[in-house]
Amino acid sequence: MDERELRGLIQSVKAGKLSRRAFVRRLAAVGLTAPLATQLLAQAGVANANSKFDYKPTKRGGGGTLKTLFWQGATLLNPHFAVGTKDQEGSRIFYEPLAAWDNDGNLVPILVAEIPSIENDGLAADGMSVVWKLKPGVQWHDGKPVTADDLIFNWEFACDPATASVTIGSYKEISVEKIDTLSVRVRFPKPTPFWAEAFVGSRGMIIPKHLFDAYRGEKSRDAPANLHPVGTGPYKIVEFKPGDVVKGMLNPHYHMPNRPFFDSIEMKGGGDAVSAARAVLQTGEYDYAWNLQVEDEILTRLEAGGKGRVNIIPGGAIERIQLNSADPWTEVDGERAHISTKHPLLSDPAVRQALAMLVDRAAIQDHIYGRTGTATGNFVNNPERFRSKNTTWEFNVDKANAVLDAGGWARGTDGIRVKGGKRLKLVFQTSINAPRQKTQAIVKQACQKAGIDMELKSVTASVFFSSDVGNPDTYAKFYCDLQMYNTGLGQPDPQLFMHQYVSWEISNKANKWQGRNVTRWVSSAYDDTLRAAESELDPIKRAALFIKLNDMVVMDHAVIPVVARPLVSGSIKKLQVQLSAWDNTFWNLREWYRET
Amino acid sequence: MSQYLLRRLLIVVPSLLGISVVLFTVLALAPGDPFEELAANPSVPPEVAAALRAKFGLDDPIPVRYARWLLAMLQGNWGFSFVSRVDVDVLVLQRVWTTLFVIGSSQILALMIALPVGVYAATRPYSIFDQISSTLAFIGFSLPTFFTGLLLILLFSITLDWLPFVYRADIAATGWRWYWEHVRQSLMPVAVLGLAQGASWTRYVRSAVLDVIRLDYVTTARSKGLAERVVVVKHVVRNALIPVVTLVALQMPAIFGGAIVTEQIFRIPGIGSLLISSILANDTPVIMAVTFVFACLVITFNLIADILYGWLDPRIAYR
Repeated sequence: MDERELRGLIQSVKAGKLSRRAFVRRLAAVGLTAPLATQLLAQAGVANANSKFDYKPTKRGGGGTLKTLFWQGATLLNPHFAVGTKDQEGSRIFYEPLAAWDNDGNLVPILVAEIPSIENDGLAADGMSVVWKLKPGVQWHDGKPVTADDLIFNWEFACDPATASVTIGSYKEISVEKIDTLSVRVRFPKPTPFWAEAFVGSRGMIIPKHLFDAYRGEKSRDAPANLHPVGTGPYKIVEFKPGDVVKGMLNPHYHMPNRPFFDSIEMKGGGDAVSAARAVLQTGEYDYAWNLQVEDEILTRLEAGGKGRVNIIPGGAIERIQLNSADPWTEVDGERAHISTKHPLLSDPAVRQALAMLVDRAAIQDHIYGRTGTATGNFVNNPERFRSKNTTWEFNVDKANAVLDAGGWARGTDGIRVKGGKRLKLVFQTSINAPRQKTQAIVKQACQKAGIDMELKSVTASVFFSSDVGNPDTYAKFYCDLQMYNTGLGQPDPQLFMHQYVSWEISNKANKWQGRNVTRWVSSAYDDTLRAAESELDPIKRAALFIKLNDMVVMDHAVIPVVARPLVSGSIKKLQVQLSAWDNTFWNLREWYRET
Repeated sequence: MSQYLLRRLLIVVPSLLGISVVLFTVLALAPGDPFEELAANPSVPPEVAAALRAKFGLDDPIPVRYARWLLAMLQGNWGFSFVSRVDVDVLVLQRVWTTLFVIGSSQILALMIALPVGVYAATRPYSIFDQISSTLAFIGFSLPTFFTGLLLILLFSITLDWLPFVYRADIAATGWRWYWEHVRQSLMPVAVLGLAQGASWTRYVRSAVLDVIRLDYVTTARSKGLAERVVVVKHVVRNALIPVVTLVALQMPAIFGGAIVTEQIFRIPGIGSLLISSILANDTPVIMAVTFVFACLVITFNLIADILYGWLDPRIAYR
């Protein structure tokens, strides 16, 4: 899809010929996130869709306790220090951002009256600034009003390096200035097509200035409010025990009428995903269970009791196999897979192409992931193919054999292919996780049929995903031929995600393997295109460049997508929840209610 | 006696030091990084993790970090959790009561089973009662607690739907309901721990009583015409319990260790589950603190066992 096509699509949405949802889906198929897609529409002057929620309760409270189960409990309740999702979720009960992302990638106003757009003069046409207007009358839990000063404080707090906040990335580039007591202007150093980053979504929750002002920078860890949040959310803190439980009670002054429905909320942590699923789906002891990374077979069995249901929300996470471009078996300058080396086998396009055809995604979906992983050809950018859902990927041993034969890989006496004295033997690593080991087995089986000898290796997750410089088995070192894990377009803007194939992000000894390009795939065309995308002012051109980047990687088979992993959670039948893969579980907690 | 105690206490100091050195080094050398989640998140710049590492002194050499930890510890400062950004003693104190409650109740249950059953079985060796109790005891201590835990959950929570299997440290109820809810949720974890422990203690009590009951002084007591009840309670059990008491004291720390698994299964917010989640998050100060508490428990209970032994059995002299 090029720029012209993209413009055409946007025009069709504008003219009403193409639905917003269809547009978002089409862009998702070429590797763009739903929030980015809707931002394109906003820039083109297509108004943000107003998400409609079917909220039935007619009064505030009266819903009893909402009991949620998180198999990883929240360990801290300051959104600027929230390392993991669990901490963001805990904070989200009490704190709110200005706007949040719904699952279609639309911005939903939370603390603002309306979403900035070109029509309401919120969004500058040149993309240099955006104006956020707070909803009047919003109060902190202690009764103090929420003002523009609070927004400015959050920006200052987050971008102070001494605070070491995890949200610094969203705030350090911008500057925030006060217009009046309720509105601020966010200025960008350069035209920014993706403007809804600061103050929005999981990393945009607002903390009160009057309680944190004395605890900036180094002192931030001593703030009493780190453990006792005072926010604007639908629930007020009652009790917090790190790693165990977060309890909240109804906020009687919440800024939306008739909300929230529940009198209190409990977020219980600990245990494991399977028993969490059991406590919701089978016994109904709890109302909601977060992130059920459980095999679908078990979920289906638990669901059969009829007490609960499994919520499956498609998002941007993809389980993928990466192919090493450098040679992981030769040591140069004290590091393996040095960038100066070429992989002896995988540098042959025929081998990469054959491998892509040897991943039986249908079997992987049917026998392993079920509803919790959909076979995907996401990343394959072919318009005709794209229209048909099932031809975007192909599993074909015969074709793979033909490709290898044509590539000059002849079978040896033991059935393993050889070319130029090199045996086609690959080592495939992943983290220890039952579905991954099963996937490895399926791939290995197919490879055997194609004359590829595959050795499987599994590494404990705590080692595989660690940034431990001393350990050779981390995914960032990638001292292996192939590796598989799940990475997501979790963040709404794909720009950072695309950095994982640029030459200056190569993971190596010099940067302590912190570089994001772990496959060491290098292409000067890719580098140039990414640089162009970063400085591209026109959001549509920028999106087109992202699509192009995506194509380059996929067409070269540097990565083989396996299954898209949706967000899976469980809730009891009567609980009405609003979930989004582009924001936290509790992004719209205020709309949750239990049907009678 | 007091000299002995003093000497023992002085030995405790180097042992604790040694333990802390080993623990600290092992943890420092173990793979993993408390800020790995940050490093893996592309929207967090690497400088943040670097700043945090510098702030918590993680980049210093191990001996320096150890010295810093030791100095702080001597001043009663247990350290600061990397993950929760809370003082470690707050975290441990929040949870230690739950653990003590669950373990304490389970030990009481275990003793309440082991003493009467063991004594009764020993007074009638090889009777039907003895056979049955021995069989049950063998079953009890051969089944691992995580297995019996899951079994109980399946039976009482899922099939019968009588008991909850998620433990909540604080229940929003008052008066009798509060007690009732607590009893209901503690029933399964306490039973799992208590039955396993009770089973092995039953065997110990039985063999200790068997050893004593054959002695001549017991025959003398019987021939004096004392009632069987008096013979058993006053003369037999008192002497038989000396080794049992020592054993109970010595096993206490092991029980804390065994409770970790049970805490995980029932989501009991005790120090065991704190230890597990800290290990998973590579939260070194918390791991250090909890393992150190366990080490102190081992040493303390060893000391208590030795002292109790001498107190119960005057033949043992301290020098």
